[in-house]
Amino acid sequence: MTLDGFDSGRNARITGVDWASLAEAEGKRLKALGVDEGAEVAILHRGVFGTRDPIAMRLGNMTIAVRRAHARAISVEAA
Amino acid sequence: MSRKRTAALVGNPNSGKSALFNALTGARQKIANYAGVTVERKAGRMTLPNGEPVELLDLPGSYSFDAASPDEAVTRDVVKGTFEGEAVPDVLVIVIDAANLEQHLVFAQEVLELGRPTVVALNMVDLAERDGLTLDPQALSESLGVPVIPTVAVRRRGINELNAAIAEAETHADEEAHRRWHLTLPERRLSAKHMAKGAILSKSTRHTIENGVDKVLLNPWLGPVILFGLLFVIFQAVFAWATPFADALEGGVGVISQGVTETMAPGLFRDFLTEGVLAGVGSVVVFLPQIVILFAFILVMEASGYMARAAFLMDRLMAGVGLSGKSFIPLLSSFACAIPGIMATRSISDPKDRLTTILIAPLMTCSARLPVYAVIIAAVIPETSVGPGVGLQGLVLFALYVAGIIGAMVVALVLRRTVTKGAASGFIMELPRYQLPRLKDLAIGLWQRAWVFLRRAGTIIFVATIALWVLLSFPKAEPGESQLDASYAGAVADTIHPVLEPVGFNREMSLALVPAIAAREVAVSALATTYAVDAEDEDVAAQGVTAKIAALWSLPTALAFLAWFVFAPQCLSTIAVARRETNGWKWPIVMLVYLFALAWIAAGATYWVALSLGL
Repeated sequence: MTLDGFDSGRNARITGVDWASLAEAEGKRLKALGVDEGAEVAILHRGVFGTRDPIAMRLGNMTIAVRRAHARAISVEAA
Repeated sequence: MSRKRTAALVGNPNSGKSALFNALTGARQKIANYAGVTVERKAGRMTLPNGEPVELLDLPGSYSFDAASPDEAVTRDVVKGTFEGEAVPDVLVIVIDAANLEQHLVFAQEVLELGRPTVVALNMVDLAERDGLTLDPQALSESLGVPVIPTVAVRRRGINELNAAIAEAETHADEEAHRRWHLTLPERRLSAKHMAKGAILSKSTRHTIENGVDKVLLNPWLGPVILFGLLFVIFQAVFAWATPFADALEGGVGVISQGVTETMAPGLFRDFLTEGVLAGVGSVVVFLPQIVILFAFILVMEASGYMARAAFLMDRLMAGVGLSGKSFIPLLSSFACAIPGIMATRSISDPKDRLTTILIAPLMTCSARLPVYAVIIAAVIPETSVGPGVGLQGLVLFALYVAGIIGAMVVALVLRRTVTKGAASGFIMELPRYQLPRLKDLAIGLWQRAWVFLRRAGTIIFVATIALWVLLSFPKAEPGESQLDASYAGAVADTIHPVLEPVGFNREMSLALVPAIAAREVAVSALATTYAVDAEDEDVAAQGVTAKIAALWSLPTALAFLAWFVFAPQCLSTIAVARRETNGWKWPIVMLVYLFALAWIAAGATYWVALSLGL
């Protein structure tokens, strides 16, 4: 299951990231922010206008905004 | 010979680096660019306890040496000493957000691996305490192998201690360096976790305020309503509050100009001073109040942490035309003036996004267009009401704003599919913690931005106005002949007139466009000159021009003129700033060509449609 389809507010553990589907700079940025296998995340807020894009997620002590396209590249399981 | 010593602040974005920089250097700061790139170089002078001055550099916030943006590359190269023209800093000060230890220690370790003399500032310890964290700086210092100083930059807590530690650091090289391992990112992350655990004495489960506030401000329904409410207030402020100040500044320049006229003997030099120099200075400073007010709002939004939320809310809309939420702030600034807007694009990390935003920024209706719109609308649009509280004149003005925005969106769509083609831009952004902005930091930021604007716009407009003054003043007219007609500018107008005639422009309009190349609002005074309206005061001149236009221009012609100004790049300063920010002439020329083409098409379409409707 990907982070995009995961319930808001529930803790998730990242099981894998499909780096190949991300642009190089975006992958670097996500990695530097701590998105990687084993990290725990939770979706806090979803965006506006029907598409609910982008999303804000909690990662450690940070809140990070990403697009749903990024969230679809992140596989998660319930933590 | 002793070289001036240097130190540099490095750290993650949102580590409170800038506030710390302000606390260490006060207002003694210098803002410029790093050579060859459009990344802002902020340097200041701090004084060590022994009185020795040190140049302190505030390096761009960075998550990693594996750079994902141009600013991160600058930080990496300066710190490693590979940036040409920048001396490697003698001391590095790593700034860490105390409440975000685990994340910030990752980059800190990467910096420490360089083995340079280093001090760590454990910043914003008060916010960490607010979140219920008690930290042990000593334990952190032991695991990092360098001094760790707890600081609260905004309250000047720990500043003297940090200062002393910087002085100390340089005297002994990092012996640890030889023993330091070069870790991989996952290893660094793991060790950051351990270090953070060891440094956190206690952690109460108090809830952070962020989530609660964001539940309202990022609410899918309420969030946009609050944002647009705020934008409405900003617009009101920029256009209403600034007027008295702008009038006062204009009046001041007028008084000086009159003084010069009265005290000096008539002649070329006096004309040069009043019509060239003072008129040029006046046309710049008149925008300062608006820009200061706009910047004040933007700075408060940035410092409080709300700006990132605004970008979050706007991202979806911007994604529709291939941009991201980060383009929102520059485009918003462009409603006051495209120059600060284009300068604000530096916060956009993706180069193609940034270029697209620069290219469409001039389409946002800047305040320089207002005088032109006001005069033409007053002259040709009847003051009738089209509904309760909605006047036709106001509606036309609104339509011109909307035309600019729609134009910008369409152009962005086209650009993203052609010249700035590339992968759909992403939006990855840390939403920083909410903070109460500090007045002193705001004042320093406001002063710096206003000064940068004055210096950039000032020098460019100044040179341009003088060049135009020469074009307009020579050769001298024969008695009975209009000076504008006789001048070189008149000759230029005659050359371009055949191009503009098909879209409904008369010769006076073509003539007015020549001096208006410097700045749009000059079109009004140029028309006044052409129609030989004799009035010193601009408002009286405008009234005179309004009457002339009402009598002499047909409605299609006037509407075509309005449509022209929605698109036409009639602002030398914008072009010059675009050149500076894109490091070359290629993109400003693209901008000029596409905007003039659009202006011509829009004016033509307006003219022909209006004619065929029998207006």
